[in-house]
Amino acid sequence: MLRFVVRRLLLLIPILIGVSILVFLWIRALPGGPAAALLGERATPEAVAALEHQYGLDQPTYVQYGKYVEQLATLEFGNSSTSRQPVATEFRQRFPATIELAFAAGFFALIVGIPLGFFAAKRYQGVVDHTSLVISLIGISTPIFFLALILKYVFAVQLGWLPSVGRMSVLIDVPHPTNFYLLDAILARNWEAFVDVSKHLILPAIALGSIPLAIIARITRASVLDVQNEDYVRTAQAKGLAPRSVDFSHVLRNAMLPIATIIGLQVGLLLSGAVLTETVFAFPGIGSWLVDAIKARNYPVIQGGVLFIAIIVVFVNLLVDLSYGFLNPRIRLSK
Amino acid sequence: MRGKLLKFALPLVAFLALIAAGCGGGDNESTGGTAPSETTGGGGAGGTLVFAGAADPVVLDGALVSDGESLRVITQLFETLVALKPGTTEPEPGLAESWSANDDGTVWTFKIRQGVKFHDGTDLDAAAVCFNFDRWYNFKGSFQNPSATYYWQVVFGGFSTFNPDSGAPEESLYASCEASDASTAVITLTKPSATFIPALSQQAFSIASPKALQEFGADEGSVDADGIFHPTGTFGTEHPVGTGPFQFVSWTRGDRLVVERFDDYWGEKASLDQVIFRPIADNAARLQALQTGEIQGYDLVEPQDIPTIQENGDLQVIDRPPFNVAYVGFNMSMPPLDDPKVRQALAYGLDRQGVVDSFYGGRAEVAKEFMPSSVEGYADDVPEYTYDPEKSKQLLQEAGLTPPVKIDFWYPTDVSRPYMPDPKRNFEALAASLEKAGFAITPHSAPWSPDYLGKSDEGQLQVYLLGWTGDYGDADNFIGTFFQSPQKQWGTDKNDEMKPVQDLLAQAEAEPKQAKRIELYQEANRQIMTILPGVPYAHSSPALAFTANVKGYAPSPTTNESFATVTLG
Repeated sequence: MLRFVVRRLLLLIPILIGVSILVFLWIRALPGGPAAALLGERATPEAVAALEHQYGLDQPTYVQYGKYVEQLATLEFGNSSTSRQPVATEFRQRFPATIELAFAAGFFALIVGIPLGFFAAKRYQGVVDHTSLVISLIGISTPIFFLALILKYVFAVQLGWLPSVGRMSVLIDVPHPTNFYLLDAILARNWEAFVDVSKHLILPAIALGSIPLAIIARITRASVLDVQNEDYVRTAQAKGLAPRSVDFSHVLRNAMLPIATIIGLQVGLLLSGAVLTETVFAFPGIGSWLVDAIKARNYPVIQGGVLFIAIIVVFVNLLVDLSYGFLNPRIRLSK
Repeated sequence: MRGKLLKFALPLVAFLALIAAGCGGGDNESTGGTAPSETTGGGGAGGTLVFAGAADPVVLDGALVSDGESLRVITQLFETLVALKPGTTEPEPGLAESWSANDDGTVWTFKIRQGVKFHDGTDLDAAAVCFNFDRWYNFKGSFQNPSATYYWQVVFGGFSTFNPDSGAPEESLYASCEASDASTAVITLTKPSATFIPALSQQAFSIASPKALQEFGADEGSVDADGIFHPTGTFGTEHPVGTGPFQFVSWTRGDRLVVERFDDYWGEKASLDQVIFRPIADNAARLQALQTGEIQGYDLVEPQDIPTIQENGDLQVIDRPPFNVAYVGFNMSMPPLDDPKVRQALAYGLDRQGVVDSFYGGRAEVAKEFMPSSVEGYADDVPEYTYDPEKSKQLLQEAGLTPPVKIDFWYPTDVSRPYMPDPKRNFEALAASLEKAGFAITPHSAPWSPDYLGKSDEGQLQVYLLGWTGDYGDADNFIGTFFQSPQKQWGTDKNDEMKPVQDLLAQAEAEPKQAKRIELYQEANRQIMTILPGVPYAHSSPALAFTANVKGYAPSPTTNESFATVTLG
């Protein structure tokens, strides 16, 4: 177990080196650079050259990369070229927003997706099954930004039920010791703020959770269909177990294994989907942070942000692999 | 068959019901809260206005920024020696009640307004003014970088110490500032200049509290391994202390920046209790937030959204006077453009009205000269060149050429500018009109930055699309920037036809009497449009949007817009 974890953590090293090289080369292949972006259309070639010299961007790429790795080794991620704030500080401020949103979206996908898939399988070829298929198709095929705009138009602009931008109404304020606004509201015992933050999460969570919801529903359905024809299910039914007990202890539990894998894979999707969702909802998380950084050719933020995300995806996948052991004792034994 | 149809129709209905049910919770919750617009709009006088920009400010220190989001907030918190009449580019007294120059325009005496308090309670006096000027002049290290002190360098040039690596020029217009008494500041320049008076109205020359600048380490910071200057002081992020009608309250990056009315303000006090600035990067999101009442105003309205806003009785569009110019530039050193008749033929052959009507959505006017009419020095009586293809052909023949005359016409790609939203379509329409006027156009394009700008700076383009947005309301910032010194883009490095204009512009820059300066600039505009180094074709108007209850917002061509005059009806 420990060896497994250590081995997986060691794998992080080549992954991070690979990711950092790719990002490093990719952003430098984009036309324009931070100097030109900062100086705007007024830039004289001399001013751009002087700024590039100051930023060390006139040196060969491998020298720049060497300096970057040297900096990383001391856990320094540099400063944002636009806000001039340390990348790590900005990340700490913005990451909780994305986590909060990803959790809300994941929660929405799970509580709707698993029952939808489960009942679709139970009522195979019935109305519920077809409903589930339609929802999944809509979920997978609607682009996030389009769904987000429609949701906002209907529920914020037309009906006025929910807010359209941000994490919290600007007329409410609580201290932000954690930057997890739900948690901050609870810590401040400000229930108005808690409700307000929750309302701000609903539409982005639905927009971001739609694709995972569809995938989870389909996988659950397929998995439940498989499992419910297994011998042990028939045995359980034959020995007279209550149908509910069969469903939960035998069918769903055994069907969870592929579902857990899919949930793990969705974390990457949630983080990449956050880029679009956060931009449309002006949600100040790492998604909108990276979009702004790419527009401004803000190299330190792009490099740092992508590295952070890579680390998180690797960790989550590790957690998912570890969770197999709890779901299926047979995996626990194998090394 | 019907059964099958039902099987698919039912699920769809169910799905929609599900979505509605999923949000039903939100509905119940929202009955407890109040819509933001109700809370903020209520009460007549006072109230809170929520305004959305596209991004967070960088830092609230006018000397160190040039981005519009920072300048917008800085305008509320700080003031400058010279102010602008609201909605114009005409200088009027600000923190200086009056100013005068010696005969040769090198020594300027400013009478500093008395009884003005900074937000930290300290008094404004001439020493505080000079403290600020000396601070700017003595910037070192990466403060000298044009990305930080762009406006100082445009107006005053260099710094007390010259660093060849910084990109800043060596020579400075600024010599010294002395406080001869509490209300008199004397600024000495190294050469005669009058353009610096209107330039002082820029937020870059905001007068800050010397006490706060020192206490909160405005000049402290370090340069990291990437060469990026990283301020460690808190002046620009937590303690921006000026004399403006609003004072700073708090700033949560990515979320909100709050300012409140300053009750000890020397002039007419603001009506609003608070202004909250929110960053909303996405255009559609800004519009929707205005429609829901989460914000009461936003900047950078997309032209295609304007009809939607105008049709909605609860919303309004406010136009900023144009402050830019799009032009077709000529390299006068490249034959046959060295012949004035050929340039005139080009001018008559460009259907500028057609382009403005087709591609600017009614948000632009045809340009007559290289600066907008809101800037003093604009001349109404310049030679005009209305589209006349026959006249073009005739002029070409007079020049001894046989139509069609070959022209290399360039346009930029990967760019959209307020003055040139769609360069390719502008190009296509202008090229088509030239083809009818006896020219054979060879189209060329290049990516905007660095290729296109580089080629035009190097004088490699014969005929090309380009433009400019002003920094401050002075003719020098438009025609001075283009024509005062010889430039390769116009071919004036080799062709001396523009010499008389260069002399006029130099004379105008040094002329301390404003009325005389204006006459000189008007004359320069007449001569420019006679010599024709290019043909200006459009001035476009950017738009802001507000909810209908917002009154008293004075749009300014230079975006020096104060919320102090705004009320919520």
